[in-house]
Amino acid sequence: MDWGKGMSARWRGAAAGFAAVALVMAGAACAGGSDAGDKTAVLTYWASQQSPSVQHDKEILEPELRKFTAQTGVRVELEVIPFTELLNKILTATTSGQGPDVLNIGNTWSPSLQATGALVGWDPAMMDKLGGAGRFESAALQTTGADGATPVAVPLYNKVYQLYYNKKLFREAGVSAPPATWDDFVTTAQKLTKDTDGDGKPDQWGLAVRGQAATVASHYAYILGSGLGAQYFAGGKPTFDSPAAVAGIERYLSWMGKDKIVNPSDAENADWADVYEAFAGNKAAMMLVQTLGQTLKDYKLTDQNYGVAPMPSNAAAGGRDIGSFVGGTNISIFKSADNLSGAVDLVKFLTSAPEQTVLNAAYGTIPAVKDATGPAFETPEMKIARDTIANRAIPMPRVPQETQFETLLGKDVVGWLAATATGQQPDAAQISAGLKAAAGKVSAGG
Amino acid sequence: MSISADSARSGVPAAPGTGDRPAGVDGRAGRARKRHRRTPYLFLLPALALELFVHFGPMLAGVVMSCLKLTQYQLAQWWAAPWAGLGNYRVVLDLDQPVGASLFKSFLITAAVTVIVVATAWTLGVAGAVSLQRMKRGRGLLRTLFLVPYALPVFAAVITWRFLLQRDNGMLNHVLVDQLGLLPGNAFYLIGPNSFWSLCVVEIWREWPFAFLMIMAALQSIPDELYEASSMDGAGPWRQLRRITLPMIAPVNQVLILVLALRTFRDFETPYVLFGGSAPDQARLISLEIYQNSFLTFNFGLGSAMSVLLLLFLMLVTGGYLAVTRRRTSLDA
Repeated sequence: MDWGKGMSARWRGAAAGFAAVALVMAGAACAGGSDAGDKTAVLTYWASQQSPSVQHDKEILEPELRKFTAQTGVRVELEVIPFTELLNKILTATTSGQGPDVLNIGNTWSPSLQATGALVGWDPAMMDKLGGAGRFESAALQTTGADGATPVAVPLYNKVYQLYYNKKLFREAGVSAPPATWDDFVTTAQKLTKDTDGDGKPDQWGLAVRGQAATVASHYAYILGSGLGAQYFAGGKPTFDSPAAVAGIERYLSWMGKDKIVNPSDAENADWADVYEAFAGNKAAMMLVQTLGQTLKDYKLTDQNYGVAPMPSNAAAGGRDIGSFVGGTNISIFKSADNLSGAVDLVKFLTSAPEQTVLNAAYGTIPAVKDATGPAFETPEMKIARDTIANRAIPMPRVPQETQFETLLGKDVVGWLAATATGQQPDAAQISAGLKAAAGKVSAGG
Repeated sequence: MSISADSARSGVPAAPGTGDRPAGVDGRAGRARKRHRRTPYLFLLPALALELFVHFGPMLAGVVMSCLKLTQYQLAQWWAAPWAGLGNYRVVLDLDQPVGASLFKSFLITAAVTVIVVATAWTLGVAGAVSLQRMKRGRGLLRTLFLVPYALPVFAAVITWRFLLQRDNGMLNHVLVDQLGLLPGNAFYLIGPNSFWSLCVVEIWREWPFAFLMIMAALQSIPDELYEASSMDGAGPWRQLRRITLPMIAPVNQVLILVLALRTFRDFETPYVLFGGSAPDQARLISLEIYQNSFLTFNFGLGSAMSVLLLLFLMLVTGGYLAVTRRRTSLDA
């Protein structure tokens, strides 16, 4: 009986979740004594993919990194990694201790990755090497670690949610200005939702959403819930099912359900491209997206075609004026880096005013430092973005369970939106029960 | 895998030179024979060592991890994580708590998908292979065509299904609603209750060529004389299928069904690509659930406990299945 073959198939299956990590553990034991010559002259840098393609990212970064090599004599080995793979790669590197020297991280992961203890801390003395913490946007600095702990990351590129609207559809519907409050937003969107071909069904919608993405769902739920006063953690314990959090989710679901300003088919949208296509094809009048920069150029849209406005605000009593969470990318150093001062130099280089200007202009993101200036940041979009991050943005929860929060909340909201799409919008009690269960899963993680 | 077992029992010629060998040469020949017997094991040794390293290593690591309280706090020094004993298993198996309840639900869904997919893929495989067996013309062409789903890269194939099944721009709704008018309005296939059936269809589409291929190979070994003789005796195609074809390919079926079931049960790519990363509740297979519990929520101990339970379950099912089917085939024989 050929046990070996049959068993291996099963083991492969059962081990799927942790095989990668475990293999690296085994590998790490063997690779401990490897020696690759003079390691200090080369830094490895994992950059996150910030533009539509990895290749484009390389074309942006490589000339800049050559400048760094010319200045310091340190060569940089660049790897650009899509965000979907980045977290897994970081976790594997953390387990094995065989990671890059410098790496980008999604800024919302900072507290969770801080808890691993694998990243170099940025105390005031370290920050002074970059010109002091005062150079950076204060909201962005709140995304660099858990509340009250020494930060483990430095802000690099930032984004905030903004409202993008289709000028042609606004003109046709006789809407002169983008909505300023959420109530306004719904009535405006209802004016923009219509049946243009006369078959009795609407084919132009007030808003397009990326309904099947858990990350985006959790962002909306967090922004809307926080605006109504929700707190998602109290003393490190999850408190997801507050009435304000439930009301925030209800508001989002109602856009598709009760208010009928979102095409139910949007519940299947897995990518932003689906939303941009609807927007560019005049099928949707508005979208709530993080700072887009040049993205809409790919859809042949210019500022003749679309306008940018701040996220609507809360008129409700007891609410806070929150437009967005602080989105973006941070940069960190692995403790296993062989050349710490070289790594710090690279972070210093990438956060210097000239590089921040070049890179953020290329990516269409908000500079993390206040002293980066230039015509690229004088556009209406960037002015609104910089105002939002300075005055109306809060960080995602600054607790080590942040990724769990985002994943579990996002998954539930995606499920509720799917139910709404099929005509069964959940009520407050159902949402509350679901949030309670999600909080239970976070606690099980301990 | 049991083919070798069956053939061994049914008497592949025993090792040469047992019994009728003249006495006297026995000493040297005996030693040579012993060495001869050892040779295959020596050849197997590197494979065995690698097997231990590549498969047993991670598996053992997984079992150890399942008894640790391993989250992001301990990741950099995972070996120093506090011992949880059976704590993770208690959480995973507690059906009144959210973690256990959602794992159990995804387990039931996976079991249902597996039963449906294996039954349908096997039936289609038999039907395809048997009908091609008698065909004279166009056989090669059809065979190639049938094998296309098996040869396509998963991502490319499944993303195409995603496009077909989309509500507004998908071809399925275009045909069913706009062309044929069978449905009153566009239906959802990628979310809601239909997503379960979408997943089943895509899995069947991916798996049946494998069944087809295996059964087609098995059919080659049935001598034509059997069919000729039986048709002289007046047996129709249906009777031939039941009395000759199916019994003759039974050993292949035994393996085939097991492999199909295992592949479906632990499939990850299909639902992951089909539903764009976040599968609806109705189609959340257990592998996605485990992935979410370990990688997305940073709870590796819990994820490992789930993996170990899955391993135990699949081993139990496989062992039971082999015991039952082997007894049946030996009874039949």
